Amino acid sequence: MTAAETSLALPARSQARVWSKFRRNRSALVGACIVGFFGLLALLAPLLPIADPLATSWSAIRKPPAPEYLMGSDEIGRDILSRMIWGAQASLLAGVISVVIAMLTGVPIGLIAGYFGGWTDTVISRFTDALLAMPFLIMAIALAAFLGPSLSNAMIAIGLSAMPVFIRLTRGQVLSVKTEDYVEGARAVGLGHLDIMRRYILPNVVPPIIVQATLTVATAIIAEASLSFLGLGQQAPAPSWGSMLNVAKNFLGQAPWMAIWPGAAIFLVVIGFNLLGDGLRDALDPREH
Amino acid sequence: MITKTLLSAAALGALLAIPASASELRIGLQDDADVLDPHQSRTFVGRIVYTGLCDKLVDLDKDVKIVPQLATDWTTSDDGLKLVMNLRDGVVFHDGTPLDAEAVVYNIDRAMTLPESRRKSELSSVEKIEATGPLQVTFTLKAPDASLLAQLTDRAGMILSPTAAKASGADFGANPICSGPFKFVERISQDRIVLEKFADYYDADRVKIDRVVYLPIPDTTVRLANLRSGELDMIERVAASDVAGVREDANLTSQESVGLGYMAIYVNIKNGDRAANPVGQDARIRQAFSLAIDREALNQVVFEGTARAGNQPFAPTSPWFNAALPVPARDVEAAKALLAEAGVERVSIELQHANNPVVTQMMQVIQSMVAEAGFDVSLQATEFATLLSEQTAGNFQMSRSDWSGRPDPDGNLHQFVTCEGGINDPKYCNPEVDTLLNEARATSDVAIRKQKYDAAGAILNRDMPIIYLGHQTYVFGMDKGIEGFQAYPDGMIRLKDVTDAD
Amino acid sequence: MPGAAHPRDNQGNPSMLIHIAKRILVALPTLLIVSVLVFSLQKLLPGDPVLALAGEERDPATLAALREKYHLNDPFLMQYLRWLGGVLTGDFGVSLRTGQPVLELIGQKLPVTIQLAFMSMFFALLIGIPTGILAAVKKGTVLDWLANVIALSGLSIPNFWLGIMLILLVSVQLGWLPASGYESPFVDPLRSFQTMLMPSFVLGTGLAATLMRHTRSAMLGVLSADYIRTARAKGLGSREVIMTHAFRNALLPVITLTALLFGELLAGAVLTEQIFTIPGFGKLIVDAVFNRDYAVVQGVVLCTAMGFLLMNLVADVLYVLLNPRMRTAL
Repeated sequence: MTAAETSLALPARSQARVWSKFRRNRSALVGACIVGFFGLLALLAPLLPIADPLATSWSAIRKPPAPEYLMGSDEIGRDILSRMIWGAQASLLAGVISVVIAMLTGVPIGLIAGYFGGWTDTVISRFTDALLAMPFLIMAIALAAFLGPSLSNAMIAIGLSAMPVFIRLTRGQVLSVKTEDYVEGARAVGLGHLDIMRRYILPNVVPPIIVQATLTVATAIIAEASLSFLGLGQQAPAPSWGSMLNVAKNFLGQAPWMAIWPGAAIFLVVIGFNLLGDGLRDALDPREH
Repeated sequence: MITKTLLSAAALGALLAIPASASELRIGLQDDADVLDPHQSRTFVGRIVYTGLCDKLVDLDKDVKIVPQLATDWTTSDDGLKLVMNLRDGVVFHDGTPLDAEAVVYNIDRAMTLPESRRKSELSSVEKIEATGPLQVTFTLKAPDASLLAQLTDRAGMILSPTAAKASGADFGANPICSGPFKFVERISQDRIVLEKFADYYDADRVKIDRVVYLPIPDTTVRLANLRSGELDMIERVAASDVAGVREDANLTSQESVGLGYMAIYVNIKNGDRAANPVGQDARIRQAFSLAIDREALNQVVFEGTARAGNQPFAPTSPWFNAALPVPARDVEAAKALLAEAGVERVSIELQHANNPVVTQMMQVIQSMVAEAGFDVSLQATEFATLLSEQTAGNFQMSRSDWSGRPDPDGNLHQFVTCEGGINDPKYCNPEVDTLLNEARATSDVAIRKQKYDAAGAILNRDMPIIYLGHQTYVFGMDKGIEGFQAYPDGMIRLKDVTDAD
Repeated sequence: MPGAAHPRDNQGNPSMLIHIAKRILVALPTLLIVSVLVFSLQKLLPGDPVLALAGEERDPATLAALREKYHLNDPFLMQYLRWLGGVLTGDFGVSLRTGQPVLELIGQKLPVTIQLAFMSMFFALLIGIPTGILAAVKKGTVLDWLANVIALSGLSIPNFWLGIMLILLVSVQLGWLPASGYESPFVDPLRSFQTMLMPSFVLGTGLAATLMRHTRSAMLGVLSADYIRTARAKGLGSREVIMTHAFRNALLPVITLTALLFGELLAGAVLTEQIFTIPGFGKLIVDAVFNRDYAVVQGVVLCTAMGFLLMNLVADVLYVLLNPRMRTAL
């Protein structure tokens, strides 16, 4: 959906300009490659010639990396490489879906606040302030505890905790667009609120939201790992990087590889999304240097 | 920056003002204690702290025999309805109040009547207690209760200073005053509890430590790292995966003892709608589940051989263990045969468990073991806080939880499997079992009790409302300089006669 | 130069006070909403708090007595109003778990987290500002690129993972620093410093990255401004230009940002405190959520939100105070 809206937002010429700017940005390309690589791994997990991520082996408990187990084996003798690849699915999915939840809830609320102004705006803004004043991770922990420990609940918890950022961003964008001539024009010809929002306002607030979304995916992946680390995310026996770390911390002395791989993977993916987000920001920035 | 320098200068002054303490023992606990009022508290680590802080009427020895502490001797009347205890002379509380019969009467009354008291069920057989001499108390019981003495070896038997308890009421925990070898100095929650030697302790010669600091450090790796670096002198509950490392380390020693409790899976037999599933309704399927588990492999994989495989509420090392029912070997074929007899081939079942890594690891191992016999277990990780309420409310098919164990066999059985048992979450009910367990409670004749428990155990092993998996071992790691410490089956840290060479 | 052109004469400007008062007035309803949100959220938590605290025995009579004592049977609104009334009179209730007053707990834990925040900020400023300046001055060179990569890594590394890796390396393998065991700086400053070193480094890395990026872009903005070009044209040495003119003007957004980051630090310490067993705010609240210790969760979240709003206000006031253009605009 985001791609369609971007094309709505920008005329063809500037679209080409954005693309060429993005392409010239080497670090953004690196980011895209990292994200693409892990995304591909996650998608292809069922097809790759790797061990069953759930198959246990009592005779191969916590084996260090060796040809048989390239990344070693875990506390009940499962292949860590295979769990890393399947874990990519959980971690990326968690990052993306929670941000989609945050956008689907935050953007409409922000649109309403910004567009209608007045009391609606005041009430929504105070609520947003309140939500932003509560620590993000604490909110996510409490929500995840409320919903019960599972990957999907962690996504909802993270999504709702990340929502206020999108409300505030959208509202700010709407405020700056709302007084533009073409919006006034649309109102003058008698278009309904919904039409005006959909056709004239939304497309113009989309670029910064895309940038924010990309960067929030990075935060959300770390948040999912944090929740799983506290036992509130992905549940056994299915793997996610965070839950692998949660187990690994008990075997730090004996099996450090159990902690090194998942942490390094989170680190890389998050760098990828951050690079990508920065690149998009530069490319979409109308101020030309 | 300037303020920072000033701060450290002030701090340096403060540091110089405090004299270095003579011999301080720093003990790493797995958890933070809850409220420090023995009548209100409920945590295991709280009990560890009380072992230093609060003496009890009676204590346990290493063989789980009851030995004198504040009471020097006791007799039970022939009808089992009166328990007369003589108290030690010359004992004073940390605030100087003398410990006499009136103080004991006040305490037992408080434990039975304080609205916040969590000791009521432990003392439920007590009708009243009276001072029958300056240093003699008499318990009058509603019915004979062989487990009462054992209850008095724990928090129900701890005697608080009546002066302090009357003054502070339910807030006693903020400044607990008892008569133990150490007195309370300070507590910073989640950080430390500090006790110092009580000079007027009746057995002060055997207390060779001047100051004890209990530090809650939940992470096992961090706890061990601190022991290795000398930050701590002793740690409790060394993680199974670390035990080998501690044993090999020339600077450390370890002590261990098989606990009084058990690890088990509770099956919902009749607690609401969720009992309506094949496992809850057919004992043969529960037996099949049990047979499909390799308890020794479980012990090796999850606990590196430090725990004990088990199939009863008592460990194989306990005198109450029923030798006629040895820990069964895994038998997948027999399990499949039982399932076939029950008319099913594969059984899908939900199993809830606490979301901590060790339990999760254990459940995954069990999941893959029973799968081979035909069980499709779906694991439901739950926070511990939710697990208990789900279990009480009957919102479970199978539920995995631990029992820390009681010195008297009654405490490991009666409340779990009798029809009206207070924590009978499976809602198992068999009048035959009730009769046997009530009779076992009513006599203090060990041979008769053993016979009753064996008989009840055989029925439970057939009906299997609770699938016992094994018994945890309490492993303590300590610095080489610590001498005189012994691990007890109750997992407490008794500090009398312990010396620290550092 | 704007900084020198306006004397700092109007600090007692009533418009400034009005501005602050307005901000506080706006913050009050926000806090009220926070209180409603946190109260409802933790009422929604599954698991009976009394049962969670009942331990193994779960004696029904005791549970009922405790529920009565903590008014848990009252209607939701009554419970909320009772709690709010208490808070307004300085009574935050007592911890269900330890019986300690929540305010006392907050008093014990807040200084620890503030110490952690200060030390982390110290690290962050130490690393972030110089690298930011360097990257801006050497824009487009390998140094700039390197600084950016390091900053990005700092932003992307999961704090809790960095924490356990440091424990593994520094405490377990090398035995250089204790893995836990917080000590107050007033009792043993050296030990206090040692135990806080790793956690504040962990927390500081992320902040340093943010600070570096902002310093860099602020410096770039200033360096391209006309007056700097003029100064350079006048023949002033480049070090002097950078330090006296450019940096002073670039400092403004950085100071504001620092105040904002402090507010976030209170929250960011959550997992780091958990990893290093630091008895601060973060550990208090996470343990309280897991133990269903209602009064503690409520009190601490409210307090954190207050701190956050306060730091926002400070940032706002600083921005106005330090920026003469804004001052006159009031």
